[in-house]
Amino acid sequence: MRTAVAWVRVNLFGGVFSSLVTLAAAYLIGRWLWAFLDWALVHAVWRAPDGRACTAASEGAGACWAFLGQWGRFILFGRYPYDSQWRPLLVIVAFAALLLLSCDRRLWGRWLSPIWIVGLVLNLVLMLGGVFGLDYVPTDLWSGLPLTLILAIVGLALAFPLAVLLALGRRSEMPAIRALSVAYIELIRGVPLITVLFMASVMLPLFLPGGTSIDKLLRAQAGFVLFYAAYLAEVVRGGLQAMPKGQYEAADALGLGYWRKMRLIILPQALQISIPALVNIFIAGFKDTTLVTIIGLFDLISTASNAITDPSWRGFYVEAYGFIGAIYFVFCFFMSRYSGSLEANFRRGRR
Amino acid sequence: MTDNGPMIELRQVHKWYGDYHALKGVSLTVNRGERVVVCGPSGSGKSTMIRCINRLETHEEGQIVVDGIEVTDDARHVAAIRREVGMVFQQFNLFPHLTVLENLVLAPIWVRRMARAEAQDLAMHFLARVRIPEQAQKYPGELSGGQQQRVAIARALAMRPQVMLFDEPTSALDPEMIKEVLDVMVELAKDGMTMICVTHEMGFARTVADAMVFMDAGEIVETAPPEKFFASPESERAQLFLSRVLSH
Amino acid sequence: MRSLKPRLGALLLQGLVIAAVVGLGVFLVRNALDNMARAGIATGYSYLDREASFEIGQSLVPYEPSDSYGWALVVGLLNTLLVAALGIILATVLGTAIGIARLAQNWLLKKLALVYVEALRNVPLLLQLILWWDVLRVSAPPPRAAWHPLPGVFISVRGIALPWPVLSPPHFDVPHFAGFNFTGGITLSSEFAALLIGLTVYTAAFIAEIVRGGIEGVRHGQTEAAQALGLTRAQTLRLVVMPQALRIIVPPMLSEYLALTKNTSLAVAIGYPELMSITNTTLNQTGQAIEAIALMMAIYLAVSLATSLAMNWYNRRIALAGA
Repeated sequence: MRTAVAWVRVNLFGGVFSSLVTLAAAYLIGRWLWAFLDWALVHAVWRAPDGRACTAASEGAGACWAFLGQWGRFILFGRYPYDSQWRPLLVIVAFAALLLLSCDRRLWGRWLSPIWIVGLVLNLVLMLGGVFGLDYVPTDLWSGLPLTLILAIVGLALAFPLAVLLALGRRSEMPAIRALSVAYIELIRGVPLITVLFMASVMLPLFLPGGTSIDKLLRAQAGFVLFYAAYLAEVVRGGLQAMPKGQYEAADALGLGYWRKMRLIILPQALQISIPALVNIFIAGFKDTTLVTIIGLFDLISTASNAITDPSWRGFYVEAYGFIGAIYFVFCFFMSRYSGSLEANFRRGRR
Repeated sequence: MTDNGPMIELRQVHKWYGDYHALKGVSLTVNRGERVVVCGPSGSGKSTMIRCINRLETHEEGQIVVDGIEVTDDARHVAAIRREVGMVFQQFNLFPHLTVLENLVLAPIWVRRMARAEAQDLAMHFLARVRIPEQAQKYPGELSGGQQQRVAIARALAMRPQVMLFDEPTSALDPEMIKEVLDVMVELAKDGMTMICVTHEMGFARTVADAMVFMDAGEIVETAPPEKFFASPESERAQLFLSRVLSH
Repeated sequence: MRSLKPRLGALLLQGLVIAAVVGLGVFLVRNALDNMARAGIATGYSYLDREASFEIGQSLVPYEPSDSYGWALVVGLLNTLLVAALGIILATVLGTAIGIARLAQNWLLKKLALVYVEALRNVPLLLQLILWWDVLRVSAPPPRAAWHPLPGVFISVRGIALPWPVLSPPHFDVPHFAGFNFTGGITLSSEFAALLIGLTVYTAAFIAEIVRGGIEGVRHGQTEAAQALGLTRAQTLRLVVMPQALRIIVPPMLSEYLALTKNTSLAVAIGYPELMSITNTTLNQTGQAIEAIALMMAIYLAVSLATSLAMNWYNRRIALAGA
């Protein structure tokens, strides 16, 4: 289409039905957009001493952003000791930096794993404290965004090696190992995540000798790892299946043993093919961290729910949930865009 | 719409893909009953040109007129043109979820609003004409490439078009199947069908063509009757092309 | 001729692995029995016959607190299947429409569908369910000032009242306000409505992408051939593209249906009494966590396996002849 007019004619008014749709959609969008801006900006209250004053000032027709000013920090960091909250803030920044760094393809290969391992350990030390003059903060005070990030990142990082073993096991020629791998994967994939978390949280203490107690966060993390290992295993298996048989044969012909063959030739290529699908699982995992609120961990949904029950700031659930909804959206949206661009790149490369 | 004018007329047609100038002022006239063969190196715009005729591609400048109807954005013009223009693709593009017979009756029933029985008779007639009536109940996946392309020709013919466009119909076929398809096309030409055929098959061109059109880099470089074109091409580019194509 | 050694090595390894797994299993079970004996918790499934003594807000079959835990579980399972079935149907309809809209020629329609898909897929489902629940619970007006978006439909704090068909004489029983609430028709609890709407809207976004992928997966040459024959866009879609797209669409669609069924378990967070919620209440009251959770997982597993079998059967049936 050379001209803007021609474009409008075909894409907005290309027929009777299309024109009606354009008019109806334009009307609805206009109305909703106006109502939203009116609520979010025009009648919004940016400063207020308490909830009642806020509602009064906006006449009930506007957003109360003062609520976020008052409670935003609590929603993000939860019950972590107030004076030490620079530590979870640093953890969030560090994770963001690590993730952005991982997008640079030049680092893939030798450097990425060591960087991540060091980064994870440092972040956990920073959160926990007890060394280097940092105050010790027990894990049941960890909450909000740092908790969500730790659950997702540590969970998937630990699930990954387990997933590779499961995928190899499922393709193994030894019947016992194959049977065990298939049973594990199909069992876990057949049940909802919440049941696995319940199992980890409620049943795990019963399965351990003499009532040893395990940290609640660790229990949830274990459940997460066990669950996502099964899903990641299926993605890795897909990558292994997509490898041309010639690669396996060439490695065998060179006389490489099983583990060397996997480590040096097959897995690096199979994993590279699987990366877009792996990123999609990571996005799902990040969203699924919200389930830990049901078993009593204090993630973003818990902190937000808590904030809106405060007696002097009741009922601003749209602001609170909108805030954390926006956080999740930004994170997931950019990750899925990245995964899409990876996929496009791979397809172009292999043409 | 029966004029006594030319069947297809292209006047100074230009097309761009973004910045890439794919068709540079192409002008061509095809009269009723004429058989035109278009040849040239790959990327010369041959396929693009004929795909503009039935609006599978859109041209930016110039006019294309088919049987007195101009090819524009107007959906009714395009529909009328597509009823009269039959197309055969390099990749056959048969509908894999339908039997051969169902492939042929689909358009007559839904576009020409024929009764099913009448459409089936018509389909069997054309299947006999391309010499594979016994395959009517098979699915495309069960046929060889040559058979599939013949079904594709029959499918286009079942709409009783005034013009047939062929876009490299034998390029995707194994060598031993090319002849059966070319034989059908030669018969079609002998029956007087107006055709524009993009192909590398020079033997076929010599037998059938009334005019050879040589295209290169988006423009028509030379038009000549086949005897003259093959014996003494005028342009250097045509000479180069022919020397490459005919040497093996 | 393969030498004996590798086969021996493999057998040894498998033996070790099996021994390790069995050993782990024995270890866990022994501890569990120990711990439970010490805490005075019973073992076994006899609790299923005991009296449940808790209320269930919504039930498809008659239920009293004096009924057994086993019966309560059945009620929960039926509630799960109810939401799953309705959700699957509604999400498919909505998702297909949005998927097709993603490929429309009208630019506004295309972009609106894109916004819908991106907005819903990138926010956690639990958060969406909680939002819907709060909207229906907190923002909804009292019954006497109920929202009235369509004839016969009333939305209030007490839930959504809808007309319901009656067999004899055949007519629609339309809800009307009487006293303090609506009578007539059926009333869906806020929890049920929130769960159904939230699951439908969320899953529809994923189904839309599956449908779009299926339609785009049909080779472009098919569309061109159909158009060259003179078929309209609508005819092309209906007669040529969709039949082929369905083959690409059905397997991931069935996976999505399974995911929706499993996602009903999130109802435990908003108080709708489905399988997960009832199991939760049961294990809180009886203390028999292992049995309750194991039973619940077995039920979900059965549903998943049934769906996998259905998918395999479908794939075999529709394989293109000669493909």
